[in-house]
Amino acid sequence: MSLDKATVLRVARLARLKVRQDRLEPLAAELNNILGWVEQLNEVDTDDVPPMTSVVSMKLRWRDDDVTDGGAVDDVLANAPEGENGFFAVPKVVE
Amino acid sequence: MAGLTDLTIAEARDKLTAGEVSARELTEAHIAAVEAARPLNAFITETPERALAQAEASDARRRSGEAGVMEGVPVGIKDLFCTKGVLTTAGSHILDGFVPPYESTVTANLWKAGAVMLGKCNMDEFAMGSSNETSYYGPVENPWRRPGDNRSIVPGGSSGGSVAAVAARIALGATGTDTGGSIRQPASFAGVVGLKPTYGRCSRFGAVAFASSLDQPGPITRTVRDAAIMLRGMAGFDPMDSTSVDTPVPDYEAALTGDISGLKVGIPKEYRMDGMPAEIEALWKQGIEWLKAAGAEIRDISLPHTKYALPTYYIVAPAEASSNLARYDGVRYGLRIPGNDLTEMYENTRAEGFGTEVQRRVMIGTYVLSAGYYDAYYLKAQKLRTLIARDFETAFEEIDVLLTPTAPSAAFGVGEKSDDPIAMYLNDVFTVPASMAGLPGISVPAGLADDGLPLGLQLIGRAFDEETVLRVAGVLEEAAVFDRRPENWWATK
Repeated sequence: MSLDKATVLRVARLARLKVRQDRLEPLAAELNNILGWVEQLNEVDTDDVPPMTSVVSMKLRWRDDDVTDGGAVDDVLANAPEGENGFFAVPKVVE
Repeated sequence: MAGLTDLTIAEARDKLTAGEVSARELTEAHIAAVEAARPLNAFITETPERALAQAEASDARRRSGEAGVMEGVPVGIKDLFCTKGVLTTAGSHILDGFVPPYESTVTANLWKAGAVMLGKCNMDEFAMGSSNETSYYGPVENPWRRPGDNRSIVPGGSSGGSVAAVAARIALGATGTDTGGSIRQPASFAGVVGLKPTYGRCSRFGAVAFASSLDQPGPITRTVRDAAIMLRGMAGFDPMDSTSVDTPVPDYEAALTGDISGLKVGIPKEYRMDGMPAEIEALWKQGIEWLKAAGAEIRDISLPHTKYALPTYYIVAPAEASSNLARYDGVRYGLRIPGNDLTEMYENTRAEGFGTEVQRRVMIGTYVLSAGYYDAYYLKAQKLRTLIARDFETAFEEIDVLLTPTAPSAAFGVGEKSDDPIAMYLNDVFTVPASMAGLPGISVPAGLADDGLPLGLQLIGRAFDEETVLRVAGVLEEAAVFDRRPENWWATK
C-alpha cells in the first residue's frame, strides 16, 4: 500500500489539517516510509489471535447514573478563544 | 545554599523531620537554582510564589504534627499535568494560554502528600518525541556534555525537562509520563532514575492524553529510594480514571531490603540487537554480574515478538493520538486561527498549532483508522499486542524480573537525529515492549559511555509488582555506585 498525493490530501482533510500544496509530496514520502516500516507486521500470522482490548486484566467499573458535577459554565468557558452569553462562539455554520 | 539542592528526597525528609531545615529554606534554595539554570530550558513556567506559599503551608503542617510522604519536598511537574490556575501547555502552541480550571489527580495527590511545585517542566510536544526537540518552547539541554566538548546534548524525551531538572539538581524529583519510554529513556540519557509504574497504578485524570491505553505517570528522581517515596505520593485509585486500578498503595520504600537472593532474573535474547554498541552490551553484562553477585539466579529467556513491538506501537499510539487530539479545534481552549468557515478555522488552527511530528502522527493515526485500512493496520497491531503481552506472561512464569539496557545508545547531540523519524523512534526499542504490555519498568543509571555520557539499565516486572522492580533496582544502584554528576556549565550566577 502506498499513499499518493490525493490520499494524503484526503487524510489531511479527515484530520482537519491544512496542508500546503508543496508539502503533499514530501509528506507522502514520509508517511510511506513509516507505513513501509510497519508492514513487517505482516510476517506474523495473527489469524487466531484475539486483539488486545484491555492492557491490564480488569472489568470496567459501573457507577450510578447520577449527575455528579455541573453548573460550571464560567469555568468551562474560561479558556475559550471566543464565548458569548454562556456559549462557545464559532464562525457561522447556518446561513 | 548549594548543599540543600544536593540532597536526595530521603535526606531532605530526614532533615525536615529533624528540624535542621525548613521547607521554606529548602524551597528557596531550589527556586534560586531553577533561576540560575535557565539556560537548560528545563521549565516552561516557573512558579516561585506558589512554591513559597506551599512551603510555608508545609512548615505549618509540620509544626502541627502532620507530615505527608512528600512533605516539604520541591518538585518539578511535567507540563502535561493540568495544574489549576497555572498555565499548562503540553509543549504545544495549540494550548496557548490554557489555564486549567481543575487539578490532575497525580498532582493533587502530591500536594496532599506535602510536595511543593517549583514549576512546569518542558517536554516534547504532546509527549511525542525522544529528544525534547519537538517542544514549541524550544529544546531542553541535557546538563551532561561530552567532556571537553561544549556542544548541546539532548536530554531524551519526552520528559526531557523533568530529567534535566533532576539531573541538574534544581528539583529533588519531577513527575514524568511514559507512553513508549518517555520516563525511562530520558532518565537513562540524564543519569537519573525513572520509573514507569504498571498501567493503572497512577491516575491519568488531568494528564493531557496522548495514547490512552499506554500513558502512565511516574516519578523521576536521583535515587531508587526517592522513586519509591515519590511513587507512593503519586499513586492511588481514582474513580475519575476508568482504567485506574483499585488496589492499595504499598509502602514501596519497605520493599528496598537489598535482598535478592534466589530471585530469578530473565535476560531476553531478542534485546541483543544487531549493531548494538559494544558499550551497551558490556554494561548489560556488567549488570548481569552485579545481580548474580547479589545472589540472583540468571536465566536466559525469549520474548519472540520483541522486534514487532516498535512498529506495533507506531500504529497503536498514533491511532489513539489522532483520536485524542481531535479535541483541539480552536473552539474550547487554546489557539484559534480564523478561517472563512468552521472547517477552515479547524484546519488553520490545527495546521498552525501542531508541530511537524504531531501532525505526522495525527496523519498516520487518521490513515490507519480510516475506512478500509482499520483491519490491515489497527486490528493487526492490537493482535500483535496480544502476542507481545503473552511473551511477557510466559516469561514471568519462570522469572521474577527482566534486565535489559534502557536505550540503544547514550544521549546524542541536538539536531543529530531530528531529520529521520524512524531513527528517532528506534530510541524506544527497549522500552516500548513493556509499555505495550502495561508492565512496570525502571531505568537505573549504571555507568558512562565511552564519550562520558550516562547509560541506564532497565528492569521490567510483573504487573503491579513495582516492589520487586524497586528492590532489584536498589541492588543494581548499590552495585553500580553511579556517583558521577554533570559539571555545572549553565549557572548564570
